Amino acid sequence: MNKVWKRTYTYYFLLPAAIIYLIIFILPTFMSFFFGMTRWTLQDWTYIGLENFKTFFQESSLNIGFKNTFIYAVVTCGLKVVFGLLLGVFLTSKIRTKNYLRSVVFFPTLVSTIAVGIAFSTLMHPTEGLINTTLASLGISGPDWLGDTRIALLSVAFVDVWKGVGFATVIYIAGIMSIPEEYYEALQIDGGNSWHKFWNIILPLSRPATNAVIILAFIGGLRSFDILWPMTRGGPGFATDVIASIIYKQYQAGFYGLATAGNVILFLFVSVLAFPLSLYLNRREVDL
Amino acid sequence: MGNPRFGKSRKYVSVLSCVLLFAGLLAGCGGSNKNDSASPSASASPSVSASPSESASPSATESSKPQDKVTLSVLTDNSQDAVNVAKALMDAFHAKNPNITLEMETRPSGSEGDNFVKTRLSTGDMNDVFFYNSGSLMQALNPEQNILDVSNEPWQADVIDSFKQTVTMNGKLYGAPTNATMGGGWFYNKKIYANLGLTVPTTWADLTANNKKIKDAGITPIIGTYKDSWTSQLIMLADYYNVQAEDPTFAADYTANKAKYATTPAALRSFQKLQDTVGYMNKDYLAANLDSGIKMLAEGKGAHYPMLTFIIPTILQNNPESINDIGFFAQPGDNTDKNGLTVWMPSAAYIYKNSQHVDEAKKFLAFIASPEGMAAVGKVSQPTGPYVIKGAVIPDNVPQVVKDMLPYFDSGKTAPALEFVSPVKGPNLPQITVEVGSGHRKAVDAAAMYDKDVEKQAQQLGLAGW
Repeated sequence: MNKVWKRTYTYYFLLPAAIIYLIIFILPTFMSFFFGMTRWTLQDWTYIGLENFKTFFQESSLNIGFKNTFIYAVVTCGLKVVFGLLLGVFLTSKIRTKNYLRSVVFFPTLVSTIAVGIAFSTLMHPTEGLINTTLASLGISGPDWLGDTRIALLSVAFVDVWKGVGFATVIYIAGIMSIPEEYYEALQIDGGNSWHKFWNIILPLSRPATNAVIILAFIGGLRSFDILWPMTRGGPGFATDVIASIIYKQYQAGFYGLATAGNVILFLFVSVLAFPLSLYLNRREVDL
Repeated sequence: MGNPRFGKSRKYVSVLSCVLLFAGLLAGCGGSNKNDSASPSASASPSVSASPSESASPSATESSKPQDKVTLSVLTDNSQDAVNVAKALMDAFHAKNPNITLEMETRPSGSEGDNFVKTRLSTGDMNDVFFYNSGSLMQALNPEQNILDVSNEPWQADVIDSFKQTVTMNGKLYGAPTNATMGGGWFYNKKIYANLGLTVPTTWADLTANNKKIKDAGITPIIGTYKDSWTSQLIMLADYYNVQAEDPTFAADYTANKAKYATTPAALRSFQKLQDTVGYMNKDYLAANLDSGIKMLAEGKGAHYPMLTFIIPTILQNNPESINDIGFFAQPGDNTDKNGLTVWMPSAAYIYKNSQHVDEAKKFLAFIASPEGMAAVGKVSQPTGPYVIKGAVIPDNVPQVVKDMLPYFDSGKTAPALEFVSPVKGPNLPQITVEVGSGHRKAVDAAAMYDKDVEKQAQQLGLAGW
C-alpha cells in the first residue's frame, strides 16, 4: 500500500477523469441494464423483467438486423483491410507525389459522414444520379443502387469503405514504415523480388497494423449507423436495417425501455464477436 | 521515491486541486447550459429569457408600470408553415393584449420533435404554450400529468365535435385547434383526365381501371415517393373512411385489442388497395421524395398522387400556373354510395400544466380558437380544408382543389383518420407499406406484421387490454 503513494504522481490525479468516466460512462451503462428491463416513458417506469429482450428476439422487424449487421461488418472490414493494405504498400513505395496522394486517400475520412451519405445517395439516384447517367452513356443500364433490396446494403457498405479506407491506410503506412530496414537488406542479398518483399516481409510484419484495422473496422461496422441513416434509413422496407438503426427507430417511436434493451443486446453482440476476435488476433502477433 | 515529509501535505494539495478542477468543470458546464437556453430567446427579443422562472424576475423589476407585464413562451415546430402560423397568431394576440408579450421557440418536427417535447415535459422545462399534434401523439404525452385541462373554457362551444374527440383523453379536453383540417386522398391531373376522357372514380374498381388506361397511354398513373417512406402510408391511412363505413366499431375494437387488421376484411382491404398499385408507379419511386412528387404532379408527369392536402400551399408557391390543373378526390371504397373523405385534424395549442402564467395562456388559447384567430392564420397559411371553429369560413378565393373537398364536408361524409380516434399506431407502418407498395410483401402478410407492430406499441405505451 505504501508503495502506491510513493510514486512521483499520486493516483489522486486520476480522480477527475475517473469521476467523469464513472458519471457519464459506467453509471449509464449499468442504468441501461436496468432500464432495458422496464417500460420507460422518461417520466416513470414499470419493471417487466426480460419482456423487452423477448420482444426484440421474437419480432422480425427487430431481429432482422442481426444478419445485416454481421454482413455489413464483415464486408466493410474485409474490404478496408484489403484496400488499406494495398494503398499502404503503394504509398510507402518510392513515388514522387507520395505526400499529395496520402492526403487524397485520407481526405474522405475528414468529411462529415452525413454529408457523404447525402452526396452518395444523390450520386446513386437510379435515373438522375451521376453513377447511372455515366453508365447509361456507356450503354449500361445501372441498377437502383439503394432501391434494390438485394444490393442496397452492399452499396452502403461500399460508401463506408470509401470513407473509412483512408484511416486504415494510415495505420498500414505506420505499420509498414516501422518494419526495420535490415529485413529489406537481407532480402536484397538473397535476391528476392518485390513480390517476395510483399509476401514474406510486409504482410507478416505489418500484422499489428492488420489486427488494429480488423478490430477497429469490425467493431465500427457492427455498430455502424451514421452513414446508413442518411442513405437508406434502413429501407427500402427493412432491407438495410442494422441493429443500430432499429434501436434508433425504437427511440423515435418513444419505446425507451425497448430501445435500451436493444442497446444492451448490441453491446453484448459486439462483445461476443469482438473479444474472441481480438484474443485470437493478438495471440498470433509476432514481434518485429 | 518522494520526500516522506511532504507526503501528507502533497496529498491534501492534490485532493484540493482535484476538487477545484472538478468544480471548475461543473461551473463551466453550468455556464454553457445557461448560454444555450438563453440564446434562442436572445435572438427573438433581448430583454427576456426562455424559462418561466427567470422571466418572472425582469417583469418584477419592470413593474413600476401599473399593469403587470407577462411574457408567454410558445413552442412550435420549425416547418415554415408552422412558424408562420404561430407568428401570425402571436402578433394578432399581442396587438389585442399589449401587456402580454409572446416569444417563439422552435423545435424539430417529426419523431425528433416528439422526443423533444417528451424530454421537455419530463424535465419540467416546457414552454407555457406548445403547439403539437392532436390525436394519438397527444395522448402519448401523458396529458393528465403534463397538460392543463381546458374542458371548461367558454370557447369549447365554438369547436366542432369531430375535432374535440382528437384532443380528449379520459373525458377531459386539452387543446385548441391551430389551423384548418387536411384531407387525405388522391390528387389528380385534370388535363390528363380530360385528354383520356376519364371521370373521377367513386369506386376502387373505377380507379384501377383509370390507372390501367393511363398506363396504356404511356403516362405514369401513380406518383410514388418512397424515399420519404411516410408517404407510402397514404393509401393505407386514407382508406380509413371506407373501413369505418363498413365496420363502424373498428376503432373502438381495435383500441381495445379486439379487432385486428389481418382478420377484419374491411381493414385488410386498405393493405390490398396498396398492393393493387404495384407496377403503376414512376420508375424511380424508391428514390423520389415528397418535393419531387409535388413537382411531378404540378408538371403533369404523373396522373395521381395519393397525398395529404397540406401540399397545396407548396404547389401554389412553386407552380402557381398549374394549380387549376389539379383536382382532388377521396380514396374510393368498393361502393359508390359509401364514398367519403378521411380527414386529418389540425395540430393544437396546449398549456403546460406547471406554467406560471396560466391565465394569460388561457386567454391566448381562447383567441386561437376564435374566428378571429383563424382569420389571422388564414392570412399566412393557405387553408387546406375547412376550419374546425364554428364561424370561421374559408375564403372564396381558395383554389378549386381545396373546394373539391367541400362536398364531402357538406354532406357529412368525412371521418377523422384512425390515428386521431385511437392511440394505437405502429411505428413500423412506413416500412411495411414500402414493402407492400414495392411488391415485396403481400397484403395479408403485411397486415399480420402490422398487427404485431401495433401490439408492441400498445404494450410499450401501457394501454389497457394489451
